[in-house]
Amino acid sequence: MLAEYLPILIFLGVGTGLGLVLIALGFLLGPRRPDAEKLSPYECGFEAFEDSRMKFDVRYYLVAILFILFDLEIAFLFPWAVSLDEIGTFGLVSMLVFLAILVVGFIYEWKKGALEWD
Amino acid sequence: MNEALGYWDAVPANLQDLVILVLQILGVTVAVILSVAFMTLAERKVIGWIQVRHGPNQIRIFGLPFLKGVAQPFADVIKLLLKEIVVPANADRFLFLVAPLIALVPALATWAVVPFSPDFVLADIDAGLLYVLALTSLGVYGIILAGWAANSKYALLGAMRSAAQIVAYEIAMGFALVGVLMAAGSLNLTEIVKSQSGGVLEWHWLWLFPLMVIYFISGIAETNRAPFDVAEGESEIVAGFHVEYSGATFATLFALPEYANMILVATLSAVFFLGGWLSPFEGIAPGTLLAEPSFVWLFLKIVFFLFLFLWFRATFPRYRYDQIMRLGWKVFIPLTLVWIFVLAAFVHFEIGPWAA
Repeated sequence: MLAEYLPILIFLGVGTGLGLVLIALGFLLGPRRPDAEKLSPYECGFEAFEDSRMKFDVRYYLVAILFILFDLEIAFLFPWAVSLDEIGTFGLVSMLVFLAILVVGFIYEWKKGALEWD
Repeated sequence: MNEALGYWDAVPANLQDLVILVLQILGVTVAVILSVAFMTLAERKVIGWIQVRHGPNQIRIFGLPFLKGVAQPFADVIKLLLKEIVVPANADRFLFLVAPLIALVPALATWAVVPFSPDFVLADIDAGLLYVLALTSLGVYGIILAGWAANSKYALLGAMRSAAQIVAYEIAMGFALVGVLMAAGSLNLTEIVKSQSGGVLEWHWLWLFPLMVIYFISGIAETNRAPFDVAEGESEIVAGFHVEYSGATFATLFALPEYANMILVATLSAVFFLGGWLSPFEGIAPGTLLAEPSFVWLFLKIVFFLFLFLWFRATFPRYRYDQIMRLGWKVFIPLTLVWIFVLAAFVHFEIGPWAA
């Protein structure tokens, strides 16, 4: 059972190795002539005048939270969808009720303006 | 030669399997990288032709007088490797160099579960679709870390935009895949292909058509391709999350994963909705060579979807960010939800392909 996952493990290793080789080649083959201007963050010719890790809009957090909610919902749907023809009317109706509750939540956040982006 | 075979036979059986497996994985990796190389060439050629110009037409293999421009991707790779790698002074050096790896590894490792032909798939795991969904979500970490580690305003803005966009379309994509699961009844990618056997009309595109369109468009948005490429909008935030990257780190962070993910989305669309390696002539000319399932059919379907990627890029103007978010949250998610209800009704009342 777990043996089927071995190719994935090796593939992850091959991918990491490839990336390391590429970056190492870049460091080996490329020139290194750093100077203060080159190493400063790019800002269209201006001197960078403050740290760039600034505050950003709270809506990005909102998107992240909504994403977690919906992604969990999808995770619940997966096993249901696979076994749909075995669980009969009871399984179907219970998942429809679950989805309906989530649709109510979706409508609520829509009306609250959580999905607006302007 | 015989002597070498003798040594090979002396190797223990499970070590033999391991060596063959590693060679297969290296083969798939090389194939993906070559596809990426020629995809960049095809992109410039196709967009060139759409805009009535030639595209790259100078660099040839060993200067031979034919196939002008074919060696362009190799010249590009050599150029990128010979460029200086600049690590900005204020950057977090460790994260700055690790971010490209985190972007690259999932883009390659997802190929482990792709069924290339009836009898070639590296890891035939039962949770294949779940694995695909998990790994494609990991790519966003590379982008976020790259934007954060560079300590540049443009990079941070690009990373935030990109992350919010990927996350929003991930949901529509997940719902579309729930539809595929309802139709196929399995998470195993090979089983999903097999569930579509029996000719063109048995493929999932017919009964899941809205889901196919939504899946493919979400795929375009996930890979940050035009017309959804606000994350790197040249005219607003110069290049977004990879503005501080150069040379080999640029290639590893941006070029390889982005194109590998494009090819992956095209492949998965073909597997989920167009029958993967199944032949379109299965129902028309059964028993003939044309009806044989093979990698050629999958390849043709992948090329079809990849051409759509290029065609869209050459045709549509870039969306505004609020339009992208509106399309993802207010159009795609309700549409997929409605179609899941419709499919559930089909399955329950045994309509269409579910009539048993």
